[in-house]
Amino acid sequence: MKKQLFALLFALVPVTAMAAGGASVPYSMEPDLQDKSSLQNGMKLYVNYCMGCHSLEHQRFARAAEDLNIPQDLVEENLIFSPDLAFNDQMHIAMSEEDGEAWFGAPPPDLTLESRLRGTDWIYSYLLTFYKDPSTSTGVNNVVFDLVSMPNVLEPLQGVQEKVCAATDRPVEGAELDPLTGKYQSCETLQVTQPGAMEPAEFEDAVYDLTNFLAYVGEPSKLQAQSLGPKVLIFIFIFGVISYLLKREYWRDVH
Amino acid sequence: MGNPNKVKAERGLMRWVDDRFPATQMWQDHMAKYYAPRNFNFWYFFGSLALLVLVNQILTGVWLTMSYNPSAEGAFASVEYIMRDVEYGWLIRYMHSTGATAFFVVIYLHMFRGLLYGSYKAPRELVWIFGMTIYLALMAEAFMGYLLPWGQMSYWGAQVIISLFSAIPVIGPDLTQWIRGDFLISGITLNRFFALHVVALPIVILALVVLHIIALHEVGSNNPDGIDIKKKKDESGKPLDGIPFHPYYTVKDLVGVAVFLFVFCVVIFYFPEGGGYFLEKPNFEPANPLQTPDHIAPVWYFTPFYAILRAITFSLFGLDAKFLGVIAMGGAIAVLFVLPWLDRSPVRSMRYKGWMSKTMLALFAISFVILGVLGVLPVTEGRTLLSQVCTIVYFAFFLLMPFYTRLEKTKPVPERVTG
Repeated sequence: MKKQLFALLFALVPVTAMAAGGASVPYSMEPDLQDKSSLQNGMKLYVNYCMGCHSLEHQRFARAAEDLNIPQDLVEENLIFSPDLAFNDQMHIAMSEEDGEAWFGAPPPDLTLESRLRGTDWIYSYLLTFYKDPSTSTGVNNVVFDLVSMPNVLEPLQGVQEKVCAATDRPVEGAELDPLTGKYQSCETLQVTQPGAMEPAEFEDAVYDLTNFLAYVGEPSKLQAQSLGPKVLIFIFIFGVISYLLKREYWRDVH
Repeated sequence: MGNPNKVKAERGLMRWVDDRFPATQMWQDHMAKYYAPRNFNFWYFFGSLALLVLVNQILTGVWLTMSYNPSAEGAFASVEYIMRDVEYGWLIRYMHSTGATAFFVVIYLHMFRGLLYGSYKAPRELVWIFGMTIYLALMAEAFMGYLLPWGQMSYWGAQVIISLFSAIPVIGPDLTQWIRGDFLISGITLNRFFALHVVALPIVILALVVLHIIALHEVGSNNPDGIDIKKKKDESGKPLDGIPFHPYYTVKDLVGVAVFLFVFCVVIFYFPEGGGYFLEKPNFEPANPLQTPDHIAPVWYFTPFYAILRAITFSLFGLDAKFLGVIAMGGAIAVLFVLPWLDRSPVRSMRYKGWMSKTMLALFAISFVILGVLGVLPVTEGRTLLSQVCTIVYFAFFLLMPFYTRLEKTKPVPERVTG
């Protein structure tokens, strides 16, 4: 029976993954790679809440420490839990793919490039839109990833969120704007019904930081590109001006 | 200048070389005494820029090869290794991936210049054919290069294109297997594509570029007026409307290089993914033969031909739609090769051709762009109809050319170049 259940779960995975591709994304965020404290907080959250299951196979602790201005001893004391991992290692996880598949129906994916694959808006929305749904095996469902097999690991921080009929400021698909209140009335509104350790606004900031960190991890070279880019462009501009003057000088005797 | 002994020594060295190798002779034939028309305009920057991009692709490609691992197990991770652990690896990789896009931008504009000023017409037929062969080799080079990062779109894009060969009657299935080297795209396919991408095709492309330039310098460059500048020469035998390529066009092309590099670097540093058109999003996930992406779209530079392929939705003469689509797609490229013999106009440049040629070229350019857009989008009924209309216009431009170029009234061509 158990085996069949897992087989069924596994069979559903590609379907749910497909469904995730087409779903609309309700929230958006703009990553800020210059905000080091946000990135540091994001890394802390990632290591504490995500890295039990999701590796960052291509991201080294040392590189993150350097780019995010975290001293090596702090990283070694607070962010590297596994005795098998060293400061210069990539952020591997201890859980095997087989276990992941057995427990969740599919091994939890590596998230190094998630921000480039699905985009930061998707990650941000995904993390914010878990809601209580007793019909699923995990007890929760997700707005942007229907029937996702991942539990809401951030629930201790966020609290329990449920779909309720209420007025909301955010535009809701299919719901009309009430011109008097300026709000939308919808039974798809997500509301925290049992508070967690954080206030909703505080939690949104935390999810922002976490998403921001994943944006960094997706393309750490962006930091280098941002600092090198202007220098190269200024050089090419000066080169262009000089070559134009040279051309004008040479072409004076043509015609 | 200052030291007469040094000048003498340099001359001595050059003479020593020239006695053994025609260095000075070649420099003069192809640069210092190669007379190019003085009226080149904006459209004439793209030849030298294509050469620049080719050099960029070869140099960055060599450096990428140093850290890339051509195996199904290691390819994806090695690209991320280049992006993160190799010093300036991200820059080299983006220069290469953006370079592929830049190559096609530049080549398409270069080819359009040819259409605009009749640069394919006698005596430049071979220049055009060598150029077209470069374009063909470049498409193969880009297609094989796209498999190498071994992402989802690399894998499934290659899957779609290679499977086209299976539409060929009788030999199709065996041919497809022979190309892949396996029953499905696998590490074996990756390895052979790597070999072709980094060794075989670059050699072919370089050789063709040499042939393209030798043929061009034999007959001389065309110009926006489509006039033969060799007809009017001064007493010393120099064309009156010609100027030495060096220094005039070398310094002029430098300005083009600067403008090009500026745009190129803006993309490399700030938009390397090109909004998902240069580096497609699904390619940030490793290839998975068991999971097809929702929507498979080729990279932008192939999309016009992909749209032509998809435009054929009907069977004809007992041949199925897929095979006819492949024929249409192949024909769309093949017809470019015979262009020099389709144009029967007495003049070369669009400036002196009649309204029919001008209209047809405009319609052709518009349908090529529309086909390019349609090739990225998922199929709907309306889009299929639009792509069919554009496919007809595409072929009409070529197949009706012998008629409209002969029928229309052309304007008189001036004796000397203008502007």
